[in-house]
Amino acid sequence: MSKQMTGAEMVVTALKDQGVDTVFGYPGGAVLPIYDALFQQDFVQHVLVRHEQGAAHAAEGYARSTGKVGVLLVTSGPGATNAITGLTDALLDSIPLVCLTGQVPTHLIGSDAFQECDTVGITRHCTKHNYLVRSIEDLPRILHEAFYVARSGRPGPVVVDLPKDIQFALGTYSAQKNVQHKTYQPKLKGDMDKIRQSVEMMAAAKKPVFYTGGGVINAGPMASELLRELVKLTNFPVTSTLMGLGAYPASGENWLGMLGMHGTYEANHTMHDCDLMIAVGSRFDDRITGRLDAFSPGSKKIHIDIDPSSINKNVKVDLPIIGDCAHVLEDMVRLWRSEAKQVDQTALGEWWEQINEWRARNSLGFHNSKAVIKPQHAVQRLYELTKNRDTYITTEVGQHQMWAAQHYHFEEPNRWMTSGGLGTMGYGLPAAIGVQMAHPESLVIDIAGEASILMNIQEMSTAKQYRLPVKIFILNNEYMGMVRQWQELLHGGRYSNSYSEALPDFVKLAEAYGAHGIRCSDPADLDRAIQEMIDYPGAVIFDCVVAKEENCFPMIPSGKAHNEMILLDLSDDAGLEIGSIIDEKGKMLV
Amino acid sequence: MNAIAALSPYSSSAGKTNHERHTLSVLVDNEPGVLARVVGLFSGRGYNIESLTVAEVAHVERWSRITIVTTGSPAAIEQISHQLERIVPIHKVVDLTLEGRAIERELAMIKVRGKGENRVEALRLGEAFKAKVIDATLESFIFELTGAPQKIDDFVELMRPLGLVELTRTGVAAIARGPEAS
Repeated sequence: MSKQMTGAEMVVTALKDQGVDTVFGYPGGAVLPIYDALFQQDFVQHVLVRHEQGAAHAAEGYARSTGKVGVLLVTSGPGATNAITGLTDALLDSIPLVCLTGQVPTHLIGSDAFQECDTVGITRHCTKHNYLVRSIEDLPRILHEAFYVARSGRPGPVVVDLPKDIQFALGTYSAQKNVQHKTYQPKLKGDMDKIRQSVEMMAAAKKPVFYTGGGVINAGPMASELLRELVKLTNFPVTSTLMGLGAYPASGENWLGMLGMHGTYEANHTMHDCDLMIAVGSRFDDRITGRLDAFSPGSKKIHIDIDPSSINKNVKVDLPIIGDCAHVLEDMVRLWRSEAKQVDQTALGEWWEQINEWRARNSLGFHNSKAVIKPQHAVQRLYELTKNRDTYITTEVGQHQMWAAQHYHFEEPNRWMTSGGLGTMGYGLPAAIGVQMAHPESLVIDIAGEASILMNIQEMSTAKQYRLPVKIFILNNEYMGMVRQWQELLHGGRYSNSYSEALPDFVKLAEAYGAHGIRCSDPADLDRAIQEMIDYPGAVIFDCVVAKEENCFPMIPSGKAHNEMILLDLSDDAGLEIGSIIDEKGKMLV
Repeated sequence: MNAIAALSPYSSSAGKTNHERHTLSVLVDNEPGVLARVVGLFSGRGYNIESLTVAEVAHVERWSRITIVTTGSPAAIEQISHQLERIVPIHKVVDLTLEGRAIERELAMIKVRGKGENRVEALRLGEAFKAKVIDATLESFIFELTGAPQKIDDFVELMRPLGLVELTRTGVAAIARGPEAS
């Protein structure tokens, strides 16, 4: 059914037709007509953030925890430019977003008008696709196409730039179902011959490993189920990237823990020594591979990914399978079953023996203390006290993020929201707000650092306005901890600008924002304080005062291979020699 | 690409090993910004563009063909093709160099200034290369020359000592041989 309406009404109607119940945004001159249309309906709830970057991260948190497209609405000029970091974050982590930006009226475009910027020009590099709407006739199609592009294939952010005159213009809107794009049609099903070949390779493998990534999460809960089934059928070990945590349960017997720069000893050694690597929805990122020419030198590699450009980008693979993880895993499971494939039990048994030797190294171990709270201990206690609840975790970026990934254990997909690819400090609080909007009854915790949290602290007002009981658990070591750690390892302990000078009193800050503040510095009091946080019915800022100079181990130094990790004991013994572990070439890396 | 690859610690193919020249034929929707997307991809990811041409080739469907000549390692070229395919308004990317022999043509206009012997020699060479004289004064010619890029390079080199003043080239347009569309 088609109807006459204004462009602004079309925007709101299209959101409704797409099933969007929540939009994160901030008004301004160039989006006033849309805000007026929002005002006159009650299907779409608008969440007023305090900075547009917060809107983007909130939409990411919403998207990542629900599997739906996240939506943000911002004005022209500074509204759009403030959202850029969030858009880039979503691009690198493949999060489906639709970002609606206001624009100056079409006749003013290019005249350096007030609050004008070249939004489509600026966002071309940080979106999957973008549109400048030039005529009201195109608007309904573009709006629906934007959602299709954002969620299809490898998901990503899409910007729709809406000049103000288009928002006022009258046009015909017709509800459009299943809109596709005329050229963009990603391939979902994998090539059967290749899938058959992959199953043969798996049956013949002696030292296999599954290396899974965020793509498994993006492919929906079914993909995680199928992964679990395939792991069960084969009894292969499984490790995951930061983005893929939760696809395979951390309590599962075959779980090796996270791999990569701060991954476990067993995960990285398994990757290094394996003879068959099955990469599922992961992209061989530099945090994962370490030194490329020493990356898993003896293995055949199968790579399942929906994005052909991920294949052979960093690491040459032997068998690429282009397709959606869920579809490909489904075919693999079916083939494995129907052909009654058997693994080489003897070889796999020996492989597990070897892996268990690596496991015994207990690479996530740390020296606990009765005098001061160790950050790892704090995350462990947080996990123990929240694991039986309906919990979602977001993080900021830095040491606390890695400790959270190492010591908080995820059983389900979509429970873990973190900025992996871009590494955006300030992601966690707005993301937690997005998650809490989508899951009002759940326990949502932002594991934060005292430096990161200040980057989007203004979103506390948003939490207050919408009565969102988000818990901010700050591991406060008064340092930008990861920067300090690198300065210790690489720059002779010269802590240039990494001390968090002049910190606010977080308890008072919480109170100023109408939240509850808790400070804890005594290990003996930690459980009680965490319980207080959980039980408090509103937002909490928890200032967890932790050991100041704790380093995050294990660690693969830049420019080193998976089997050249630094472990805690080694670092204790070697002391200052750590600096020499990273060579000149390694220092050039990030 | 060379400079980037040499600096990038993550690249396994650092250095100038086995660089190849490939011609890519890219069919795109002729919509605003599509050329910027393609060019931005090359600059953003550190790929080379040796030549780039673009024009609408189907007026009803509003499709344009972009022909790009690029250089890089075989792995980099494969990556370029896949990255191009990711751009939403791109229909198709064909690596004409991989597809087999493709015909490449380029048009150049070459302004040569000179008198006496040089002028006669320029004109004689122009005839030998089947270049057309499209403008003349008493002391200059403009030649129009169509051919493979190498032929134009050769002609330009010959004109240099004879008074080459200015040169403009269209860049390469290319098409696969045989009866099939690529």
